[in-house]
Amino acid sequence: MGIKSNTEMSAQESSGVKPEVNDELKAITLKVNGTTHELQLDPNTPLLYVLTDDLGLYGPKFGCGLGQCGSCTVLVNGSAIRSCVTLVESVSGSEITTLEALGTPDKPHPIQQAFIDEQAAQCGFCLNAVIMTAKAFLDKNPHANDSDIESAMSTVLCRCFTHVRMLRAIKRYARGMTSTT
Amino acid sequence: MSEDLRNGESEMEMTSGAREALKRSGLSRRSFLKESGALIVCFSAFDLATGAVPAFAQDAQGVSSYRPRPNQLDSWIAIGGDGTVTAYTGKAELGQGIGTAQTQLVAEELCVPLERVKLIACDTAFTPDQGYTSGSQSHPANFNHSNLAQAAATAREALLRLASDRLGAPAGQLAAADGAIALKTDSSRKVTYQDLLGGQKFNLALDKNAQRKPASEWTVLGKPVPRADIPAIVTARFQFVHNVRVPGMLYGSVVRPPGVGATLVSVDEDSIRGVPGVVKVVVKGSFVGVVAQKLWQAVQAAYILRVNWTPGPPLPPQATFYDHLRAQQPTRDTLLVDSKDIDEKFTQAATVVKATYHHPYQMHGSMGSSCAVADVRGETATLWSATQGCWFMRNTSAMVLGLKPENVRVIFTRGSGCYGNNGADPVTYDAAILSQAVGKPVRVQLTRQDEMAWENYGMAFVMDERAALDAQGNIAAWDHESWVPVLGNRPGMERPGNVVTGFLAGFQPEPFAAQSPAPAPTRYNNNSNGIPSYLAGVIEGQPGGTGSIRGERVLIHNVVSPFFTGPLRSPERFQNTFAHESFLDELASKAKVDPVEYRLRHLSHARLRDVVKGAASAANWDARPSPKRATNRAAILTGRGISCVAYEGENGYASLVAEVEVEPATGVIRVQRVFVCVDCGPISNPEGLRNQTEGGTLQGVSRALFEEVTWDDHKITSVDWGTYRTYPLGFPIPTVQVVMINRPTENATGAGELAITTVAPAIANAVFDATGVRIRELPLNPERVKAALKQLV
Repeated sequence: MGIKSNTEMSAQESSGVKPEVNDELKAITLKVNGTTHELQLDPNTPLLYVLTDDLGLYGPKFGCGLGQCGSCTVLVNGSAIRSCVTLVESVSGSEITTLEALGTPDKPHPIQQAFIDEQAAQCGFCLNAVIMTAKAFLDKNPHANDSDIESAMSTVLCRCFTHVRMLRAIKRYARGMTSTT
Repeated sequence: MSEDLRNGESEMEMTSGAREALKRSGLSRRSFLKESGALIVCFSAFDLATGAVPAFAQDAQGVSSYRPRPNQLDSWIAIGGDGTVTAYTGKAELGQGIGTAQTQLVAEELCVPLERVKLIACDTAFTPDQGYTSGSQSHPANFNHSNLAQAAATAREALLRLASDRLGAPAGQLAAADGAIALKTDSSRKVTYQDLLGGQKFNLALDKNAQRKPASEWTVLGKPVPRADIPAIVTARFQFVHNVRVPGMLYGSVVRPPGVGATLVSVDEDSIRGVPGVVKVVVKGSFVGVVAQKLWQAVQAAYILRVNWTPGPPLPPQATFYDHLRAQQPTRDTLLVDSKDIDEKFTQAATVVKATYHHPYQMHGSMGSSCAVADVRGETATLWSATQGCWFMRNTSAMVLGLKPENVRVIFTRGSGCYGNNGADPVTYDAAILSQAVGKPVRVQLTRQDEMAWENYGMAFVMDERAALDAQGNIAAWDHESWVPVLGNRPGMERPGNVVTGFLAGFQPEPFAAQSPAPAPTRYNNNSNGIPSYLAGVIEGQPGGTGSIRGERVLIHNVVSPFFTGPLRSPERFQNTFAHESFLDELASKAKVDPVEYRLRHLSHARLRDVVKGAASAANWDARPSPKRATNRAAILTGRGISCVAYEGENGYASLVAEVEVEPATGVIRVQRVFVCVDCGPISNPEGLRNQTEGGTLQGVSRALFEEVTWDDHKITSVDWGTYRTYPLGFPIPTVQVVMINRPTENATGAGELAITTVAPAIANAVFDATGVRIRELPLNPERVKAALKQLV
């Protein structure tokens, strides 16, 4: 069943996931950070909402809900996707990885360590976007040069404008990858 | 101690992050509550490293009677039974690094290792009221000779006195180190802080004569200590307000009006009959919201709910808005300075130069749309909020809810970077209203569009500049007049209507108090940087300014804004400095003098002169008049520009050189290199200052080149990242070289808004240097630049 909005909310019509109602729940299998979850969900639910609210994860965040900023980025089968505009049903059975699975404060992943070493944060809200996007890109392009990295990051936003440090951290991590491979 | 942690009931009431923090502290929830009234707790409520806060919502009454008195040492510092030093501060970590810097301050003054200091910030149940964390006020407030710094110094001296009694030696023969006090001549004779005072109160007033440690003896403060929170953030263990979940929590979504000034006619609840999980539709005045079991259901219900609104009044057309501002009546006029001889000076001038500058509304545009969690039950409320002013939020949310302020507890919980009053305050009211309506905890996160359409924007400005030059090209008189629209503001103690939710719920914004003509100024106050740095600022015979120009007048007209306005990083100062520093460059060009030399010629303040020289020297400044005498028909033109500011007149000093490339055919400006010199007194954490300076610089570039709020005849149209442009991560960024002047014997000043204030005019001046064309309106987006440079193509 679907109900269309009659409310004049033009801004909501720009893009993003249209909240049409589907009151029939579906069994959906989500594999997140190595754990399999069997969930009963409206299949149209954005993946982000399931990760943050059904599973209580801290990594992916709601920034815009429109796929414009990257705050909600997670890896699906190794590729960075924007979970705020991804219907949960579409990733049923895929391997989903969030920022918390990379490393811990005591044992951070090398890309997380690079951000610590460069002190590459201000408020830190965008770091999920930055780290996950960069990691997915560099996993596939370990020999990327600086300009490749910059263009890979060109749709990620940071409003504290920590750009200098974050790009330095990504490049530091990229150099480390190259030197060990 | 930890039996309560195994008690299912209390465990249910806490978020896991809070439970972990409590567990780490080795303290039970019950004993925490019992003891916290006397403030001898030894764990962090807001854990700087993880963002975790305790979530015992309905125990708010248990602590609500405690209101820390700022003149009492126990309000600021507590020595735990294990030697931990807990510091309570009213200045919050927003991402600017002040949390780590305050930890350094306390560790330094009390001579304990950093890791033994716990900082609790901005929780109305525990911390002193220090107003807003804003306006570059945290560094001066807590790092000079009052508040937290003075408390820490008082505590060290008190511990030395206690040790003197205990060890039977005069305090002068004792030294504190590593949380213990020992005889200087025999370090085996020592006593630890916990042995002296662990778990007990100081019962002392802050001693204004307690000696701060001189900067020459610092070992922790002044050092590049890494931020405590970064490891948790990068590994997704840090709890932002967006991550707060409390048991039984429901999800709310709000439905804002379709246009500015629209008011509610009716809500058709039948329209969401088919939406699963809906708990309640809530209406309060023109406030409309929906509460549902799950987040997705709340979003669906708010989207689908059919709501009828009156159309608001038509908005003034954006194309002619600056003229509209100039014509607005009534006005509130303020004279910041007036030498009363302006007309005469202009009559005698060899040359008169005039220019008008325009600055658009800009927005905070936080990365994460604003979010809050509220638990309002009966007569009490607990609010998890990213507000910059938890005490103000306590008062004004109490007004919105009809509760007593003392029954409301506000727990600051970090949000997405705010840069001023973004959506954090209104969304806290949203959550509070919805929670009250359902009697259960409710979380609200705004949509991107609601965040951007309804925040309190940084003000648009129209600025007229006029100067009289003498025969030598020196400035004899400077006249500044501006028109600035205002509506609402931060809520303060009594104005929830200053932000959208309070307004929709029936509260009025602060009334516009018209005043014309302006009264004569009675004291020098350049808080807004309305007075150009080059003026002497003479009021009642006393010069207060940073410059030498004696013919001076600064007149400001506030008018009513169609949109809510409020502080956006470097509020007013960003706009005024764009005009003043661009205009100074126009005068230097008219006088055919190098812009650095021309600045120094009219600046009298040593520290301001020093940052100008520092930036110019770092940039290896190409000293010559602007514009560049080169062919200006090349495809790519290059130039350099400089600007400077004495922030708020006296709260820090900055100067910035920008080197740009301009492509007239496309109108694209590329900022290639930036050299920025800052002076905020003694540097508390050079790494933190550098981070703030780099970030402020690039935020300034984004605002100078891209950012502009837009609207049509009835609504805001810049409502997402497609319609409000910002500077993405992968866009070519300039190299940013930061030069920091350390002044260990001066007072600490603001730091976070220094660099940003100087960016836009430095870029505009560099574009002029490159092209010979002066652009007097922001943003310098490709369309505007291309149009301005048409004759060069």
